[in-house]
Amino acid sequence: MRFGGLKAVDQVDLEVPAGKITAIIGPNGAGKTTFFNVVAGFYAPTTGRVLLDDQDVTGLPSHKVARLGIARTFQTTQLFPEASVLDNVIVGRRLHTRSNVFDAVLRSPRHRREEELSREKALEALSFTGAGDLAEVLVANISQEARKRVAIALALATEPRVLLLDEPAAGINPHETDGLTSLIRSVSVELGVTVCLVEHKMRMIMDLSDHVAVLNYGRKIAEGPPEVIRNDPTVIDAYLGAEHDA
Amino acid sequence: MGAARVKRLAALGAPLLAAILFPLVVDNPYLVSVAVTAYVTAIAVYGLDVLLGYTGQLSLAHAGFFGVGGYVVGILTSDYGFSFWTALPVALAVTSLLGHLIGLAALRTRHDYFAIFTLAVGVMIVIVIERWEGLTGGTDGLIGIPPPASIGPLSFTSLNAQYYLVLAFLVFTIYVVWALMHSLVGRTFLAVRNSEELARAVGIDTGRTHQLSFVISAALAALGGALYATFLGSIGPDVGDVPMTFNMLVYLMIGGVASLPGPLVGTLLIMGLMQALTAFQEYTMMILGPILVLVIIFFPHGIAGQGKVLFERLTGGRKGA
Repeated sequence: MRFGGLKAVDQVDLEVPAGKITAIIGPNGAGKTTFFNVVAGFYAPTTGRVLLDDQDVTGLPSHKVARLGIARTFQTTQLFPEASVLDNVIVGRRLHTRSNVFDAVLRSPRHRREEELSREKALEALSFTGAGDLAEVLVANISQEARKRVAIALALATEPRVLLLDEPAAGINPHETDGLTSLIRSVSVELGVTVCLVEHKMRMIMDLSDHVAVLNYGRKIAEGPPEVIRNDPTVIDAYLGAEHDA
Repeated sequence: MGAARVKRLAALGAPLLAAILFPLVVDNPYLVSVAVTAYVTAIAVYGLDVLLGYTGQLSLAHAGFFGVGGYVVGILTSDYGFSFWTALPVALAVTSLLGHLIGLAALRTRHDYFAIFTLAVGVMIVIVIERWEGLTGGTDGLIGIPPPASIGPLSFTSLNAQYYLVLAFLVFTIYVVWALMHSLVGRTFLAVRNSEELARAVGIDTGRTHQLSFVISAALAALGGALYATFLGSIGPDVGDVPMTFNMLVYLMIGGVASLPGPLVGTLLIMGLMQALTAFQEYTMMILGPILVLVIIFFPHGIAGQGKVLFERLTGGRKGA
């Protein structure tokens, strides 16, 4: 992926195993979020391909990628603060509904059925993420940690095959991070969703992931199980280097 | 639940009852015709709100669509012998199609750029209306547009009958906007206004959503314009001009963006105020300007929006955790 003369992500060849948790780590500016944006169809790559199972999804618009089963969250949750938690999550069901303007104005049976089912499924996703009792509260009035959970519930409401989490634990305390770690694990284990996350919190990565890929300056510098990555000298260099800069 | 229902019925019924009694109580043809003008304008302001309030784009071509709707009905009924009842669906279809075509180009832009693009469209619509004299009567406009034909025993020749017909269209418009906003489509609109990125990430086609909102908005403007031409009996190019859009925008901002009563409250309040101040006609903008500034500073959700906040505070409505 190039931006003008800058190569943000270059020849990153990564296979995310189905049903497993894969982490992408790397210093700031390594290209992790850009990588997500390419996979989720927010940027079309200048070269290279994105395959979902064996289907080529390269360059498809993001809403179509979402319909094919790749859901994502953002570094800063973009929930609608003036609406209730439930109303936010119901939007995640839109891709499973067909009601149009006429259904809305005529209050058709299809609309009623879909609205009811959407509500049920959204509540289900909320209680799975442990935010079920916040359903009627405005997003503006819930904690940062709860917003992270609601954002995951919203992504899960789309019933994805793959879930991309962009720094799911940014800005929350260690105790809350533990809670979120076990939520992400249950998304993988109980729902069988393939998880791919970008994160800076090393302990979380080491606890959680089956597989780790390390990016630096847009290139993949290492890949493997967490215990191997932990002791990889190139990885340690990349991180120490980043700390020296800072 | 029962009490809430009664409260809601009262909130709906009281203004409706007042509107029904209005022509009988005031018994003043001038005031009734002012109310008719206010209602048809309010219908168009609802259209503006669908776009600005629910998907977050400001179209400055809105009065242009109001004008197109009015001219199509005016031309078809006075020159081609159409009845209002057949001309109206034609006007809605023509304006929706025009809106769709303009949207295809305009909606490649967003926000400020969209406003500027549609400003150009609004100016062009007026130029076409003024120059196409053979069809539109040029700067003189159209006069002698006939009232709607009667339906069975219902005749619309008297002012009061016309008032009730326009009121029925207004109630219909408010219902449509309410139904739309309390639906999966409306949720989709709000999701797009909140964050296009997030909406796309959950599989919403944001381009189609903007397009739909723009077409609905244009159709409601056309409905307002069609009724305006028919019930005032005449229409001129200034009705479709950009300053009219700004008037509608002021009504919407003062009434309350994205609030169901907002467009009606704002339109009635400001048009009523302007009537009361006709003696100071040159100074109306001097009075309106500061009012707008004060409302935006102190009631950012408009008068109707602020009323809702107060109501919820008093009755202990929605609260945080």
